[in-house]
Amino acid sequence: MSTSKYETVIGLEVHVELHTESKIFCGCSTEFGAPPNTHTCPICLGHPGVLPVLNRQALEYAIKAAMAINCTIADVSKFDRKNYFYPDSPKAYQISQFDQPIGENGWIDIEVNGQKKRIGITRLHLEEDAGKLTHVDGGYASLVDFNRVGTPLVEIVSEPEISSPEEARAYLEKIRAIMQYCGVSDVKMEEGSLRCDANISLRPVGQQKLGTRAELKNMNSFRGVQKGLEYEEFRQAEILDEGGVVVQETRRWDEAKGKTLTMRGKEQAHDYRYFPDPDLVKMHIDQDFKDRVRASIPELPDARKVRYAAEYGLPDYDAQVITSSKPLADFFEDSLKYTSDAKAVSNWIMGELLGYLNSNSLSCRKLKLRVKD
Amino acid sequence: MSLLDNTLQELHNKLNAKELSVLELVNQTFKMISERDGRVGAYLTLNEEGARNAARRLDDKLAAGEERGLLFGLPAGIKDNIVTEGLRTTCASQFLSNFNPVYDATVTRKLREADAITLGKLNMDEFAMGGSNENSSFHPVHNPWDLDRVPGGSSGGSAAAVAAGEAYFTLGSDTGGSIRQPASYCGVVGLKPTYGLVSRFGLVAFASSLDQIGPVTKNVEDSAYVLQAIAGYDKMDSTSADVQIPDYLSSLTGDIRGLRIAVPKEYMGEGIDASVKEKVMSALKVLEDLGAVWEEVSLPHTDYAVATYYLLASSEASSNLARFDGVRYGVRAENPSNLLDLYHESRSQGFGPEVKRRIMLGTYALSSGYYDAYYLQAQKVRTLIKRDFDQVFEKYDVIIGPTAPTTAFKLGSQVDDPLTMYLNDILTIPVSLAGVPAISIPCGLADGLPVGLQIIGKAFDESAVLRVAHAYEQHTDHHKQRPTL
Repeated sequence: MSTSKYETVIGLEVHVELHTESKIFCGCSTEFGAPPNTHTCPICLGHPGVLPVLNRQALEYAIKAAMAINCTIADVSKFDRKNYFYPDSPKAYQISQFDQPIGENGWIDIEVNGQKKRIGITRLHLEEDAGKLTHVDGGYASLVDFNRVGTPLVEIVSEPEISSPEEARAYLEKIRAIMQYCGVSDVKMEEGSLRCDANISLRPVGQQKLGTRAELKNMNSFRGVQKGLEYEEFRQAEILDEGGVVVQETRRWDEAKGKTLTMRGKEQAHDYRYFPDPDLVKMHIDQDFKDRVRASIPELPDARKVRYAAEYGLPDYDAQVITSSKPLADFFEDSLKYTSDAKAVSNWIMGELLGYLNSNSLSCRKLKLRVKD
Repeated sequence: MSLLDNTLQELHNKLNAKELSVLELVNQTFKMISERDGRVGAYLTLNEEGARNAARRLDDKLAAGEERGLLFGLPAGIKDNIVTEGLRTTCASQFLSNFNPVYDATVTRKLREADAITLGKLNMDEFAMGGSNENSSFHPVHNPWDLDRVPGGSSGGSAAAVAAGEAYFTLGSDTGGSIRQPASYCGVVGLKPTYGLVSRFGLVAFASSLDQIGPVTKNVEDSAYVLQAIAGYDKMDSTSADVQIPDYLSSLTGDIRGLRIAVPKEYMGEGIDASVKEKVMSALKVLEDLGAVWEEVSLPHTDYAVATYYLLASSEASSNLARFDGVRYGVRAENPSNLLDLYHESRSQGFGPEVKRRIMLGTYALSSGYYDAYYLQAQKVRTLIKRDFDQVFEKYDVIIGPTAPTTAFKLGSQVDDPLTMYLNDILTIPVSLAGVPAISIPCGLADGLPVGLQIIGKAFDESAVLRVAHAYEQHTDHHKQRPTL
């Protein structure tokens, strides 16, 4: 591979569904997996005459999430309409945020091959999720399920400071862990409560100007994110090696084919005609509210990792692995109520438990095992 | 004396005293509708069975001595952009010609809870876009004072129904003058409340930052009476104001001694008919005789209001009407070749020319590269217009002028000239942009056609607006004049 000649520049847009009881602008349940179109009402279906009313819990979770990734929280924030026609959007606009997001200028630390790196976060904004389309085999029809429409969502946009597919994966895993620790989301990629799009471009080493980027969609797993970006890195390098030009476009990762494919070109890009939503009033986020939300943020993975190393003498790697999942870290700490040998517990988790989970493709979230067992 | 000469309160008392049953009143009103509406065209949908059933229920309630609402037994018409559960709601658009809402608007619910009777749904300009009711995609409305003339718009049906005695009161909606201008043309009382006083939940949005629901009635007392029933904070509408609702009827004291009235010179200048100005001047004389004082003032940004309004209202409309896409309800094109074609064809078939014109205008104004020059600039001008009003209200209690530059014009005379049509709202649009309340009341006839007097108040000071209007009405009989049909 010829990437050594090039520097890879990646920025990620991560969507996290907030785990509120009800939707962001109506009282419908946000439960996942219900029969299609059962969690709907005139409001989330966009019937003529309806109006949105903001769910305060969603705002609180969004602020909490933004604080946990070190964003500055806006004093005044507002909602805007993002206009586009598609059957998954019953109002034909999405209520989102354009120029006054909840949070800006944050960062998180990641670690790849023992190297620490700080990745800047441009912004975090709050918006509503769209419905879900299912295309019937043979292409004669598409079915739409509006259960998901109106689920609160935060979009977290990173600075273009991620330099490899591996870093991208580490960044996404860290975002997942932080959101999980905060308790604002299920962060299940397989259920779509954590989703990720990427912008990726290459430039000759030493060049200041960014290369032409491709936007990459449809990466539905952590592995998919890494694989998709690796493929795209390879594809763009090949074009540049041959003296060609990368076309600015949106591409989708096809997991089965192991390739990225063109979705739409730059000229087909939407003009979303953003403007302030006149149905919602500006949000004034006062210091008291901010303080209260900040006080509710629990110990986050980085802090726990440092503590495990200091308190229990765990090796860096073990502490990293155990704290990357909140259920696993909680399991570890529960165990210490019954034994003082932290190292032994850690070894058992790192070896037998994770080995068993991995070989059976289980997630530690589904861990039914209790310490007493 | 005809039943129609009663105020709502008198009628309410008669019903309560069982001098008249609700069913008799409802039957008589439908008889009036059947005699007259063929010529007027105020209604799009009648709720005969529903209204009679409701009337029987109310009569039973009275017989059983149960508690009764403020609007007990009063037959009302509702503009067809206010949703009514199970009762067809079309917005006078082909797009929704078969649309039955699955929920009630907050005002619909409030009317029901106050024991009013819904007679039917009233004609309007399609999606409330227009000033003559000629943009109804079903049929025009004829002005009861002269059937060859327009009733005004967009709440043309709401105003004409009251003028023709086809309802005891109606609800309209006002975005840039849509209650006040038709009230003026039809010689009835139309109130546009302060933005946020009446819930918009269930009002099919045209321009969300401007739309307000308000009553159309025969007199000012009725206006206060209906407003009392529909005003108030609604948690379903984030733009609804959490303010204390005063007792509007008790503000009708008749006493306006010492009242300070501002008369904007821009509202009495070029483009306003001499006969309209003359009626307004006579009205000011009446108010002066009652102890008020008036002075000429300036609202310097008035000239920019119409342009500002058409940019902002159309921008919002382009987004609000995007949901009418043929996917879930309303018109759906047959055999589309693909998704884009479904959107194109459904919207082409479902919307009339004025609606299309405004969607295109608004889409353009919000487009990348034009947003700053149009939408954003218009927002800034809106702020200046609002400031004009704030400054005048520092020294004056109300602002008074005509409601419209002319009396009702002939049907068909302006349809090919949208710009002239837009200028009919030049005196009502600034008020909408400022978000303050205003009422139009009859102040005499010019060549046999009603002229409207507009009284504008401070935000949430409907009481002052109503008091002035009522005091005027007590000393004149313009509101008692009825068209002969």
